[in-house]
Order: sequence, then C-alpha cells, then structure tokens
Amino acid sequence: MSEKTTFEPVIVGFTCNWCSYRAADAAGMGRMKYAPNVRLIRVMCSGRIDPQFVLKAFAEGADGVMITGCHPGDCHYIDQNYKTMRRYELLRRTLVQMGLEPERLRLVWASAAEGQILADEINDFVETVRALGPLNWPKWEKEETRQLIEEAV
Amino acid sequence: MSANGKPKFAMYWAAACGGCEIATLNIHEKVLDFDANFEPVFWPVAMDGKVKDVEALEDNAILLTLFNGGIRNDENEEMAHLLRRKSQILVAFGSCACEGGIPGLANLSSLDSLFETAYDTLSTDNPENLRPSPVYEAPEGELHIPRLYKVLKTLDQVVPVDYYMPGCPPESHQIAAVIDLVIQVLQGKAQLPPKGSVIGAGVSTCCDECDRKRNVKKISKFVRIQDVKEIDPELCLLEQGIPCNGPATRSGCGALCPAAGAQCIGCYGPAEGVVDFGARLMTAFASVIDSKDPQEISRILDGIVDPAGQFYRFNLAGSLLRAGKPAWKW
Repeated sequence: MSEKTTFEPVIVGFTCNWCSYRAADAAGMGRMKYAPNVRLIRVMCSGRIDPQFVLKAFAEGADGVMITGCHPGDCHYIDQNYKTMRRYELLRRTLVQMGLEPERLRLVWASAAEGQILADEINDFVETVRALGPLNWPKWEKEETRQLIEEAV
Repeated sequence: MSANGKPKFAMYWAAACGGCEIATLNIHEKVLDFDANFEPVFWPVAMDGKVKDVEALEDNAILLTLFNGGIRNDENEEMAHLLRRKSQILVAFGSCACEGGIPGLANLSSLDSLFETAYDTLSTDNPENLRPSPVYEAPEGELHIPRLYKVLKTLDQVVPVDYYMPGCPPESHQIAAVIDLVIQVLQGKAQLPPKGSVIGAGVSTCCDECDRKRNVKKISKFVRIQDVKEIDPELCLLEQGIPCNGPATRSGCGALCPAAGAQCIGCYGPAEGVVDFGARLMTAFASVIDSKDPQEISRILDGIVDPAGQFYRFNLAGSLLRAGKPAWKW
C-alpha cells in the first residue's frame, strides 16, 4: 500500500429496468470495464426516480449521483423519461443554489444496446467527481457536527 | 397542578416572529375556555415571567407547552431543553419549530454573509461598523448575549417532540380545536392522538381544500405572481403558470391563499407521507410542464427564479439536506 491515499468517490447510479440497466448488463456480458465506484440501483423506469432518492443519496454520503434511462422517445412507459428530464433540471438548479457542484449530478440516456456508452459515461463521471473531491455532506446526527454548528462565531 | 387545581400551560418563542402568539390570542372567546381550564405559568408574549420560575418547577410540572420558533442560538436550545424537561406534552408549534420556517432559509448562507446583510449593506446605518459579539466587557462586568449557530435547527432536531402543529401561523380555528381536544382529554372524554402525530391539520393536500377549477395540467410558462396582470379568479393558479405549492402542502388551512388569489407558499408543511417537501414539489412541477425539448424546458424553468426559495420556503432546516454548503462549510 502506498502512503498516498487516493480518494475513491461513492457514486449512486439509478438505472431503469428496460434500457440503462440492460446497458449495464450488456457492458458486463461484453466484458467492458467500468469503475467499481458506482452502486447501480435498478428501478422500473427513470420516471420512478423521486428527487427524494437523490437528495437522500447526497445526504447519506454519496459524492455523485447518476440518473440514467431510455433515450427520449424510447421509454417503455411512453413518456415518463421526459419527466425525468424535467425533474433532473429542477433538481440541478435547486442543488446548485444549495452550493452543490452541478457536476455531481449527471443524467445519461443509454439504450439496452449501449453498454459501451454507459461504461464510458460511468468512467468519465467517476473521474469528474474524483477531481472535485469528497462532498462530505454533514452527518447531522453526529456529535462532531453538533459541535461544528454551535462553534463560537 | 397549580394551587387552583388547573393544569399548567406554557408558550415560548425561539427564532420566531411572534405571529404564532398572535394566532393563539386570536382564538376569540375560546380564550375563556382556555382560562377556565389552564393556568399559564410561562408565556413571555402575554405575561410577565422569569426563566428561574420555570427552572424552579418540578420536572413534568407543565401539562402543555406550545413551542414556536426554530433553534437559532444557544439560548433557544437551552430553553428547548428546559421546557422539554418541565413539560408532559411538548408541541412543535408553527412552521419554524416544525421545519425551520422562514428563518431556516438562512441555512443557505454563511454566517459571515448573514452578518454582512444585517450590518453592512448600503441601506444600513452603522458608521462604527458594529457587529454583535457574544461577550462584551462592560465597566460593570462581562456581558453575554446568545451565541448564534451556523445552521438553524428544528425543535425535534434538539429535543424529542410529542406533537407537530404546522402553519405560518397555525390557523386560529385549528388552535382552538386542539385546545378543545386537550380540555376533553382532561375531562376524560377523548384520547390524545399517538405521539409524533401532526395535530391541528388535515391529512390531504392544500389542493383538496381549494375551490379553484382544475383541468389536466399543461404548463408552458412560469410567472411570478406580481408579474401577472389579471389572475383568473376560478382557474387553478398552477395552470395559470403561477408556481403554487399546493400539491405538496398539507391541508388544514382551508386553502386561504389561493382563495384570495395568492399562490400557496407551503406553510402547512409536507403532506402526509412526504419526507422531503421540496423534492415532492419538484416532482409535481416537473410532471406538468408541457414540453419535451430540453431547451424549452430550461426556458420554462427560468420562470422559477429562486428554486430553493420556492421549494423550501418553510422546510429547508427540516429537509433531507437541511442546509446549503455555504452555511456548513467547515
């Protein structure tokens, strides 16, 4: 082990059952390598990704969150990924106002056949977040956080 | 119990504006029932009282304490702990105690920038550039003022809370109903709801109480209400492009603001089952925007000029993220 510790970003990736999860599957079957930093969570549709999920991920230690889904027009549920598109944009604007770097949230479209595209995006995202450094959103319940909040002005 | 046999009552304000007390005093003749059934022992707005008198009470001596305001400084926190210890029932009263409220919006900014806004803007007359200091050496001795926290906290982030009563302020008829309920409980005619419940409010959303006409929503623009020349008196405000927080907000107020032609601003807090008010509202708004083109979506969303203020006007301190990075960056 070298003395220099490298920062390994924690990335939560939401994938949809019909396209992007299958893209991740295809990447695996095709033996394409992508960074192990991403923790993929499968939901039925990107339209199911409540902004609460993303906020919770950041609040509980994620350094970056990736939202993925079918290409616009290809949604298994007709047009739910357009809602994702709009929610992402609203969420991004709100998070920027809260001081979060916009690069920590990424929206990616990947069809079931685009394993390589998804793998490339994951790798690129991991490196982008690695360059930004840890997010370290406070763990509010911890005693040390309490002390920092209450520290004399 | 007091000497006169009546159970003790307290109401305290922390980081609050005083609106909650006015709403409480606004219960009109119900105040006579209140007086017949309770002995107010501590209520800084309405009567003289000293903290040492509260300290002298036995633990759990106060039956009901309505605590309004967020926890902004160490004095607020000390009073929260004291009143928790002395009270059998502690109610987080009003938006600020429940979720941070308007003072909680300061959680988007650093303390330095808060001080700058308060003491060092063009419109501020402060020639000696004075800033509050927690300790001051006066000729008579050392003086202390409460120490400001970097992040405002909600009441339940500091002490366990028995009930939540939302609203900015809670509506007077809801306050009267809650006081009635407690009186009935005292007389053995009713039971208290389970601990942790939201009281004095509904379980649905503000939209459910709103009389405005609703259609399938297709929104192609957002406008600030002050920029709307003529507001349709019948039609849903959101359908008119006015960002109305009704879809995520708990019912209980009777949808007063939309009835008066103003958008709901979300003071009754998240509807039943909603964890993060802002997230739920983002979901609602994003679902009804009528566009599939990223550029157009972006243009429509430009109409919401202050997203964090729109989605978390009353809820920032109680939200999942609680505070923006400038506030907590250490």
